[in-house]
Amino acid sequence: MMDILNILLSESFWAASLRIATPLIFGVLGALICERAGVLNLGIEGIFVVGAMCGWMAVWLGAGLWGGVLVAALAGAFFGLLHAILTVPLGLSQHVSGLGITLFATSVSYYTYRTALPNVSSPPRIEPFQPLDLPILSDLPFLGSVLFQQTALTWLALLMVVVVWYVMNRTALGVALQAVGDNPDSVDAQGLSVYGLRIGAIVAGSALMALGGAFLTMSAFDAFFFGMVNGRGWVCIALVIFASWRPGKALLGALLFGAFDALQVRLQTEIGALVPGQVFLMAPYILSIIALVVAARSADYPRALLTPWFKGQR
Amino acid sequence: MRRPAFPMTTVLKLNGLSKRFGPVIANDDVSLTLNKGEVLALLGENGAGKTTLMNMLFGHYLPDSGSIEVADEAGVLQPLPLGHPQVALAAGVGMVHQHFTLAENISALDNITLGSEPLFALRRNRRAARRRIEAIIAQSGLTAPLDTPVGRLSVGERQRVEILKALYRDARILVLDEPTAVLTPQEADTLFENIRMMTAEGLSVIFISHKLREVLAFSDRIAVLRHGRKVGEMATSEADEASIARMMVGAETPELVGAAMVPGVPVLTLSGISVTGRSKRDTLSGVDLTVHAHEILGIAGVSGNGQSGLANVISGLMQPEQGLIKVNGSEIDTPSPVAMVRAGVGRIPEDRHREGIVGAMSVAENMVIERLDDPDVQSRGLLRREAIDDNADRLAKAYDVRGPGVEAPARLLSGGNIQKLILARVFDRSPRLILANQPTRGLDMGAAAEVGRRLLEARERGAGVVLISEDLDEILGLADRIMVIRDGELHEAPSRDREQIGLMMAGEPV
Amino acid sequence: MIRIEPRQTQSQAFTIGVPILSALIALGFAAIPLLAAGANPIQAYGEMFRGVFGSVFAFSEVLTRATPLIFTGLAAALAFRAKLWNIGAEGQLYLGAMAAVAIGSGVLDLPGILLLPLIVILGAAAGAAGMVAPTYLKTRFGADEVVTTLLLNFIILIFVQMMLEGPLQDPMSLGWPQSAPVLDQGMLPTLIDRMRVHSGLILALILALLAQFMLARSVWGFRLRAVGENAAAARHAGINVNRSLFGVAILSGGLAGLAGVSEVAGLKGYLTADLSPGFGYTGIVVAMLAGLSPMGVVIAALFIASVFVGADSMSRAMGVSSFLADLVVSVSLLCVLVGGFFARYRVVRASTTGATS
Repeated sequence: MMDILNILLSESFWAASLRIATPLIFGVLGALICERAGVLNLGIEGIFVVGAMCGWMAVWLGAGLWGGVLVAALAGAFFGLLHAILTVPLGLSQHVSGLGITLFATSVSYYTYRTALPNVSSPPRIEPFQPLDLPILSDLPFLGSVLFQQTALTWLALLMVVVVWYVMNRTALGVALQAVGDNPDSVDAQGLSVYGLRIGAIVAGSALMALGGAFLTMSAFDAFFFGMVNGRGWVCIALVIFASWRPGKALLGALLFGAFDALQVRLQTEIGALVPGQVFLMAPYILSIIALVVAARSADYPRALLTPWFKGQR
Repeated sequence: MRRPAFPMTTVLKLNGLSKRFGPVIANDDVSLTLNKGEVLALLGENGAGKTTLMNMLFGHYLPDSGSIEVADEAGVLQPLPLGHPQVALAAGVGMVHQHFTLAENISALDNITLGSEPLFALRRNRRAARRRIEAIIAQSGLTAPLDTPVGRLSVGERQRVEILKALYRDARILVLDEPTAVLTPQEADTLFENIRMMTAEGLSVIFISHKLREVLAFSDRIAVLRHGRKVGEMATSEADEASIARMMVGAETPELVGAAMVPGVPVLTLSGISVTGRSKRDTLSGVDLTVHAHEILGIAGVSGNGQSGLANVISGLMQPEQGLIKVNGSEIDTPSPVAMVRAGVGRIPEDRHREGIVGAMSVAENMVIERLDDPDVQSRGLLRREAIDDNADRLAKAYDVRGPGVEAPARLLSGGNIQKLILARVFDRSPRLILANQPTRGLDMGAAAEVGRRLLEARERGAGVVLISEDLDEILGLADRIMVIRDGELHEAPSRDREQIGLMMAGEPV
Repeated sequence: MIRIEPRQTQSQAFTIGVPILSALIALGFAAIPLLAAGANPIQAYGEMFRGVFGSVFAFSEVLTRATPLIFTGLAAALAFRAKLWNIGAEGQLYLGAMAAVAIGSGVLDLPGILLLPLIVILGAAAGAAGMVAPTYLKTRFGADEVVTTLLLNFIILIFVQMMLEGPLQDPMSLGWPQSAPVLDQGMLPTLIDRMRVHSGLILALILALLAQFMLARSVWGFRLRAVGENAAAARHAGINVNRSLFGVAILSGGLAGLAGVSEVAGLKGYLTADLSPGFGYTGIVVAMLAGLSPMGVVIAALFIASVFVGADSMSRAMGVSSFLADLVVSVSLLCVLVGGFFARYRVVRASTTGATS
């Protein structure tokens, strides 16, 4: 027990938690925006891959780190637009379309990577985002290393939590997005465009998801690997239900998840001899399922989620 | 009748509007005018094309032909570009739909201001919006809590929010689509008072209804639609109930009331039934009810007061937490749809598309869906297709189910024929007890009369009927005995007096 | 202005035409990535064609590749018919494969006539168990089965790795994470000498036929269709919706489990953690291309298997990445989705002036 306490009190543990949580924060916020507008986006897993690949490749081709972030976001937005066209004006199954986007985005990324680098044995590396070394702040005890030695992308993720919260709760756009996910007719009757709001939400949400992927290749690691996303997208879909579609709780969910993941890595080194390592690897996925089951009962789904809406048909 | 307070200035002209949906002609060359400060009643049966016409005015549907002119602020008629709700809104046309178009997860204030603020502004000016809304409330008498999520408002409050939405958008023309369908008679009276306050301020109102009484009492002018065509127009002062009814249905309304019969043994007894549902709609507290053979029991009430709960209990979809259910004298221990069907309960569901049929499956399959275990439907787990088809042919003939054939998907049938399919399935088994939940909602008058005839026939044969309806006229026309449901409680109506039943529906002490 | 209207009837031509057209469009689309890779598309298509139809062996490879896809395609098609979104065929496949090696690799030294059926049945049971759990969480707690089955795929794969480094590891493998081989008498016999196509294909075809028949002609199929098309009406009519869902969950998981059995006991002989290159996910594409019809699954599986085998051989000949096949498969899924839209709706041109349309 002392071991766990020691881990929980260590700075490196909390810094790692926040680092692990970062891509999930982007992903959950992205999924949250889509679902608030009434559309499930199962393309998230593939959009993570696209973001990871495109961001990394842009930097590798010399676009600069922020250039890479922009490219990743645009690539995510593109696949989001595809999902939006299929599910909003065409009203096709959001489940199947999302899975199709995931398969498509993943295979495009892999094919592009393979075609650009046909014969590499070890993936080429880039110079990733470095921890911000802020004067004074980074030297603060505890907080200094937990908060102020993260990379700029983690800060962008935290900023996005505030931005998404503000837009959702304090602007006319947010009210309209909430309304379109509850009853599209209410929005249509007031002369706003249901299609426009939903497509915009999916495109914006997908761009955020892609940033989650970009974090993996441009901050957490410095190269692109096949299979590196490894279900993080699906975890976000579970977490958004856990978060009741609220940005603040999304941050909390992602942090809890990150903390748990960081804890299992440390426990593995502590008591790894007793239990096979895979038990720890499984734990985050099991935790996601548990979170889903606990939250599902009282989940207050956006009422129009999964229901297509056609203009002039009621 | 009231004198118009404004000189006869025309604020709206519909010129020869037509609209087809596939093979169905919803509107055929309809022209109308509306004057300032006037209440025009648009009257017609269900399916006569009233709602389609108004949806074209509001830009939800695009007419196939015809044009619309709306007066601008100076009172000069201007052609209205069609098919754009925003344009109609901007031209001062506001519509209150039969099904409210409110988002339930945001407040009334947000619903009212939705779409009238710049979407991409960083800040909202809620305080100014609130001041304007409060001013409108003061002028029109339409009160509603502004900060509660709409999901928690009552039906009457939601309707007022809908009207406030239109007034907030500076509506000079207000279209109300069957506004009283969900209100008690008393609430409806308040609504009409509010409308009078508004027309005195210069608002013009088109009021869609199929209730003759309120149309005669509250409108200045009446236009009647039948089968998508305008078949008559007159000043209300010159109209009387019989002549309008004739115009609406094309012939005299058939009288349905059956001859008095002596009630037989009880076929359904509910004692002390309580159910906690997800909402007020399906919650019951301590319901006692007995239906006898040869008896139609009418359940009157404002929509959403526990009718769904009562129907769910009798059809076996919901297990009561407390109380006893007896069908034909024997207790039902574990209610389920199967147990109820086996006990001889025939069930006509409220929403025939959602619960009545599986639209993608054939008419023939839908006709046997309640009795898959019967030996003429299956043998050893395999469907007896020929027997199923024969059964369907027989029932389609006997109950006049028309459509593209019994092999075709049931969703291709019209609403009336879907209801006939369900009637065939239910009545063919000669049930001892029939639950008919809103059985004529959305049907044209011919199909509705057919439903009434079948119910009376079953009563004559010795069945007991529970008729749940929000249409008081239907209950008064068919039921031997009337009970009123309010807040999940059921009370016997002491008389057949419309006013008294209306007060009971509203929860007033009688 | 353009408007969307539902079609009154759905013509047979659309039901068959849409998937075929989608497949062709997806193949045609492959020209873009081929050009991007600097390859001559005509030559590449030629290589792909040769890779599929160039020899008996080539085509037998297509059949071999199609076998697991028929199983996973059926698994998805049946579940989707009941609107049970089983995205977990990948994991259920591994459960089936694990069960097959667990009992087939020497624990029980039974004669083939006993051992083989036992492997098949227990493999199917293991796959079924993998789907029953998410169905329980769905019906009991309302937990979305899409997410649970997706996450279970990862959990199961890690579990497989754990087993392959633990109890199931072949003592002779020198520390390599692979299982002991299935006993010879426990293997599904091959169909043609010196080729890999095995009798798992026959089992798959029989099950497809059976599923087709049961869906259309049995009371079980009637209930399943009713639940999938309109659960509220089915419940009202007295059909036990949850029982139907569990029934189809067992079948769907069982079929996916059989895909694993067939790969292990028909082809590879032993289990590794890279047994399936995503057969479970590809099965979803197969099912959608098939319009969720069991016999359609067979044809769609053959098509997709051809794409994979053809792309492999083209890749070897021309040096283009074989990820091209995944690209074609995913594009065909998106195309068939869009095609399904045009089968159900008409796009009508209407003028805004309100004159005539």
